Amino acid sequence: MLNLILRRVALTVPTFVALMFVTFVAVRLVPGDPIEARTGERGIAPERLAQLRHELGLDQPVWRQFLDYIYGLLHGDFGVSIVTKTPVLHEFLILFPATLELAFCALVFAVVLGVPAGVLAAVKRGSVLDHSVMTVALAGYSMPIFWWGLLLIMFMSEYLGLTPVSGRMDLINYYFEPVTGFMLIDSLLSGQEGAFGAAAAHLVLPSIVLGTIPLAVIARMTRSSMLEVLGEDYVRTARAKGLSPLRVVGLHTLRNALIPVVTVVGLQTGTLLAGAVLTETIFAWPGVGKWLIESISRRDYPALQGGIMLISAIVILVNLIVDMLYVAINPRIRHG
Amino acid sequence: MAEENAIDDPMPTAPERFVLDASGLSLGAAGVVVALTEPVGEEPSPLRAFWSAFSENRGAVLGLAVVVFIALLALFAPWVAPHSPIEQFRQSVLLPPVWAGGNWTFPFGTDAVGRDVLSRLIYGARISLGIGLSVMVVSVALGIVLGLAAAFMRGIVEVVVMRVMDMVVAIPSLVLAILIVAVLGPSLSNTIIAVTVVYLPRYVRLVRAAALAELTKEYVIAAQVAGVGRLRLMFVTVLPNCLAPLIVQAALGISDAILEAAALGFLGLGAQPPTPEWGAMLADAREFIRSAPWIVTLPGLAILVTVVAINLMGDGLRDALDPKLRRS
Repeated sequence: MLNLILRRVALTVPTFVALMFVTFVAVRLVPGDPIEARTGERGIAPERLAQLRHELGLDQPVWRQFLDYIYGLLHGDFGVSIVTKTPVLHEFLILFPATLELAFCALVFAVVLGVPAGVLAAVKRGSVLDHSVMTVALAGYSMPIFWWGLLLIMFMSEYLGLTPVSGRMDLINYYFEPVTGFMLIDSLLSGQEGAFGAAAAHLVLPSIVLGTIPLAVIARMTRSSMLEVLGEDYVRTARAKGLSPLRVVGLHTLRNALIPVVTVVGLQTGTLLAGAVLTETIFAWPGVGKWLIESISRRDYPALQGGIMLISAIVILVNLIVDMLYVAINPRIRHG
Repeated sequence: MAEENAIDDPMPTAPERFVLDASGLSLGAAGVVVALTEPVGEEPSPLRAFWSAFSENRGAVLGLAVVVFIALLALFAPWVAPHSPIEQFRQSVLLPPVWAGGNWTFPFGTDAVGRDVLSRLIYGARISLGIGLSVMVVSVALGIVLGLAAAFMRGIVEVVVMRVMDMVVAIPSLVLAILIVAVLGPSLSNTIIAVTVVYLPRYVRLVRAAALAELTKEYVIAAQVAGVGRLRLMFVTVLPNCLAPLIVQAALGISDAILEAAALGFLGLGAQPPTPEWGAMLADAREFIRSAPWIVTLPGLAILVTVVAINLMGDGLRDALDPKLRRS
């Protein structure tokens, strides 16, 4: 078991090194000189240019710059944003709770709807219900989520007036200092009446939009996993000895069928973070996805580089944890 | 059933089989798989066997019909489209579609600068299908070369190729595509490059895994013993037998590529104006959610219908070509 974990952790090291290499190379391939980007088009004295190049380490050989870059990353130095002049890590950490809150709610939405839908579809295999679930899942899986977001805004916010169009909070009526960075928690801590409701209302549409693809994937996975387990001998035995269908499905089947589903849920992290870029752009959600897109248009390459590095690192780590979790809950692998 | 037959199969027929596959390419492989699952009798032609398996799935046939329809529209866009996709009719700005009080000159209405939405959608099919197909062709070709190289050469080649692929997978797809486009600059061709890089690992991993599985089989050993050269072994002996899952992945890959490219277009990082790309059309339409809902609804619907159709078709292809992957 320990051996397995160590081997799996060791395997991520070359991936991390390659990732650093790619972000390093990518930023150097970007058209335009980083000094020029800071000084503007007026130009500067050659001595000042040389001094700036030295300060940024650009007069060093490339391999040296790469080693410095890795050294910096390992010490938590992800560069400094050209635009705001603050460390990229600092900016990221301020914005990340917003993305995390959104991604978490999206995942809850996907699991709470997806798992029961998949179970029902499998149990009522071939029925109208099954076909509807699979059709909806196909549509969800094929959905351009940026369009889905616009449609929901059009219908729910503009036409019915049920939910706010954008942002995380109704800042005109409520204001409180961020404590945790999670709006749902902060609004409760603030003690202002109605603040929690406002925060929750802002979360509804973005969570649905971001959760749609994971919902489809989870429903499909749950269904096929359930079908597989429902065909096992021990389920037939449970039925034969007269256990109630609810007990057979809920206790005997679901527990084993959920093992692969847990993995699939975990592997949605990448989908969620990629989807967050689109969802946050549509709903003006102040998270890391929107920040990433804005840093491109502001030509803030250190922010882009650091942001991609951090997001990828999170995905790699979560996938690693999911792998271990899978080993922990699946005895067949643990002892195999 | 299939496995039993495969075991009963006397060795000498194996080389025959791959010759057949090589000539009939994908459909040859399909024919063999399907033929094996059927009771022994007279063997139907590979194409017919494939079609009978494929047409069992009504959704797949529907998907195929829609894809063919969209492809024809794209192909004959200049003849089908009522107007030019970029001509601006300044007297008819934000005209509603015909069912919402518009007129038949602009059946789907016009956008904010008076361009015909229907014509833009038809020309947009060219762009989206074009991106999907280009990405698919390039990544399948690269996937075959890299995957076979990793499977056959092992050692350092395999380690390097597979680690690089691991890294690509580690970065969320859209984020990586954004990074690539940011470096190369936003354009249609760079969209294709970015999306190809993002989806390449799937093909490389698939080809490598399939080739490794084939390499242990007796017909490959027989071919090696017979003195077949390495390149011939890779591309003529082994590759045709890896095609079935590859074709399925390629079909599904087209729809993913279309979605990804539309997302880039929506973010302003893909096709640039006035190109009638569906995602970019949606980005332009964002401000008109309230005043002109049709220019928001229609391009998205076009993307959704196309992607659903391709996915339905891909599911059918999988069931017909690769019974092992069939979803119960």
